[in-house]
Amino acid sequence: MAFRSEEMCLTQLFLQVEAAYCCVAELGELGLVQFRDLNMNVNSFQRKFVNEVRRCESLERILRFLENEMENETVIIKSEKYPETPLPREMIDLETVLEKLEAELQEANQNQQTLKQNFLELTELKHLLKKTQDFFETETSLPDDFFSEDTSGLLELRSTPAAAAAKLGFTAGVIKRERMVPFERLLWRACRGNVYLRYTEMDTPLEDPVTREEVKKNVFIIFYQGEQLRQKIKKICEGFRATVYPCPESATERREMVDGVNTRIEDLNTVITQTESHRQRLLHEAAVNLWTWGIKVKKIKAIYHILNLCNIDVTQQCVIAEIWFPVVDTGRIKRALKQGMERSGSTIAPILTAVQTKMSPPTFNRTNKFTAGFQNIVDAYGVGNYREMNPAPYTIITFPFLFAVMFGDCGHGAVMLGFALWMVTNEKALLAQKSTNEIWNTFFSGRYLILLMGIFSIYTGFIYNDCFSKSLNIFGSSWHIRPMFSNSTWNEHVLEENEALQLDPAVPGVYSGNPYPFGIDPIWNIAKNKLTFLNSYKMKMSVVMGITQMVFGVILSLFNHIYFRRTINIVLQFIPEIIFILCLFGYLLFMIIFKWCYYNVHVSQYAPSILIHFINMFLFNYNDPTNSPLYTHQKEVQSFLVIFALIAIPWMLLIKPFILRANHLKAQRMLQLPPISEGPAGDTEVEITQPNNSKKAGRENHSSGHGGHDDHEEENYLKSSGPW
Amino acid sequence: MVSLLCCGPRLAACGIVLSAWGVIMLILLGIFFNVHSAVLIEDVPFTEEDFDDVHGPEKIYRLYEQVSYNCFIAAGLYVLLGGFSFCQVRLNKRKEYMVR
Repeated sequence: MAFRSEEMCLTQLFLQVEAAYCCVAELGELGLVQFRDLNMNVNSFQRKFVNEVRRCESLERILRFLENEMENETVIIKSEKYPETPLPREMIDLETVLEKLEAELQEANQNQQTLKQNFLELTELKHLLKKTQDFFETETSLPDDFFSEDTSGLLELRSTPAAAAAKLGFTAGVIKRERMVPFERLLWRACRGNVYLRYTEMDTPLEDPVTREEVKKNVFIIFYQGEQLRQKIKKICEGFRATVYPCPESATERREMVDGVNTRIEDLNTVITQTESHRQRLLHEAAVNLWTWGIKVKKIKAIYHILNLCNIDVTQQCVIAEIWFPVVDTGRIKRALKQGMERSGSTIAPILTAVQTKMSPPTFNRTNKFTAGFQNIVDAYGVGNYREMNPAPYTIITFPFLFAVMFGDCGHGAVMLGFALWMVTNEKALLAQKSTNEIWNTFFSGRYLILLMGIFSIYTGFIYNDCFSKSLNIFGSSWHIRPMFSNSTWNEHVLEENEALQLDPAVPGVYSGNPYPFGIDPIWNIAKNKLTFLNSYKMKMSVVMGITQMVFGVILSLFNHIYFRRTINIVLQFIPEIIFILCLFGYLLFMIIFKWCYYNVHVSQYAPSILIHFINMFLFNYNDPTNSPLYTHQKEVQSFLVIFALIAIPWMLLIKPFILRANHLKAQRMLQLPPISEGPAGDTEVEITQPNNSKKAGRENHSSGHGGHDDHEEENYLKSSGPW
Repeated sequence: MVSLLCCGPRLAACGIVLSAWGVIMLILLGIFFNVHSAVLIEDVPFTEEDFDDVHGPEKIYRLYEQVSYNCFIAAGLYVLLGGFSFCQVRLNKRKEYMVR
């Protein structure tokens, strides 16, 4: 019943350069091979296929750009089946298609932006013309009043300015609403109050073509006199990024302009809608294939990444790769390589040669969809060494069962079971959804775990007789109340005086003598001291199960020691561990079960507390009068067990380091000895060092494939198995 | 006619789940109260006088049955809520379908 990680072998793979791509593709689809990186000291930018990887990355960039564009507009279609690995020449086709698509889309975007900008300007102009109409109508009397008040006293001296004063220049434009106030203030200060500004808000907010946000703008018109003021105003408008529009003076011209602008706006609208639909069409066509392209590019990039790990032979004809794979899958791998060779059209078969190595192979545990969840949990605690015992198959039962011991409610367990059954039966549909919600993915990948947890919880729920926190009385309780009355222990007076009454099982008839057939008696559910009873029961049961599981774990380690032939570990590690755990916690287990079996209702008030006994055992305190001994000679037995356990501690911890150190020194001396010692002097030296390793060094075995031997030279002999 | 759609899709789904749980649990509770289950004694609203009856626990049984009828009425209310939520879900689906 031992489950170990699979046996792996290291092979060298010789591939023809033309066939290399297809063979790697087939091996990739199989997913059973790990490639070793043979170019460790080479920079990523100096590897052979770095150009291809770069091209793939630029394709990915284009795909990301397309995905961004499509995000808000269309739905990207994902198909069920993954596309096949494309051949190298397909990459060139993909490149042309994607680059063309990118250019078209960018051009469409650019056009749309320009058109929207034009549209914005025309709309602003339209609003401007409408608003200035009002300004001009109300202010036609302005030139007359404007100068009459201020210069009334100087009219005789300055007669000509009045005539020239009638000629008033104006600037009309549009500015963002937020900038209106500082604009006004600056105009006032810069022109020393010699300009007249009027403005109103534009009713409709406009869409900015670049940011696609809504902006609110104001229409303004500035009246001034003179060329200098005009220059100043122009500069200020430029500074505040106000768009100035040429507005004709006469009303008729303005009306004509409004009509012209309106027609232009209508034309522009049609063009914009057409551009938009063209762009949408482009995106739709791309959306159909986007996901497939993405997968293809990923596959190509992965293949070139793997090819970068391999060596190219001197003659440039051959690609050399080193791969790890499980021995049992040799046939499948050979078939995949043959397929790759046929697909590429090359005639020379790939050559596999086994390589002997002292490197520790990777740990591979074959899993299916059921065991994968459990293997993941176990791997989270740490991946085992090569060919170590894999505890995952045992956890399939122990994890859910321990959860159920803690959960123990058959009603809620049934709800959990329903949820898990729904997930398991709709597996295929839910897998196809490919949700990105992390919490849901965690639950879904653990669906078999939850299923088992639900089943076991229903079982423990029946044992604890707990269904939505209420007990089920299926078989009839074994406790009866009437005998308490017929025995005259209880009467009317007792009932009136006391709030809580206790059923005494020592009174004959109260407890029928036959325990409830399955689980805890339902009477406990209406008892006030239910928790006192249940806590003690559950705690002791959990301690029993926990200690059992720990002993099981220690025994599993024995299997590892036997397999790897590490006797030193058996003697110095396993045996003291077993002694310690059995003497202390095994004895606790014994005490629990003994107390359950030995004491009955008539002596139960004199039953000792196990916890106090356990504490006193360590303190060697046997003078406690309140705690009577469990059995005779308890003092002697317990003292022996504690001392035995205490001896096991230095046995476990202190001996092995010294032995390992002595062996290490001996090995180092062995490495240095050969060039020096030719004659008997060498032998005596070796003999002198022997007595130092007095304890069991002779039984030490170096040649077990332990990870610590990596610093030795690798011995690779190529055993050619010939072309197959 | 004003639109009947007043809940969003998620609120309607919540409503369906709540109603399903409420209906099942209240019907079961009602049945258990009807058979005078001893375990549910704490939820029966009895007073001190109910125990003075010499003719056996008939009064307590009537109280049990009253509570069970309350449970069934509550289950009925949950059925109504469930029906309403189900209608909202259907209306939401139809609206989504039309917009597409």
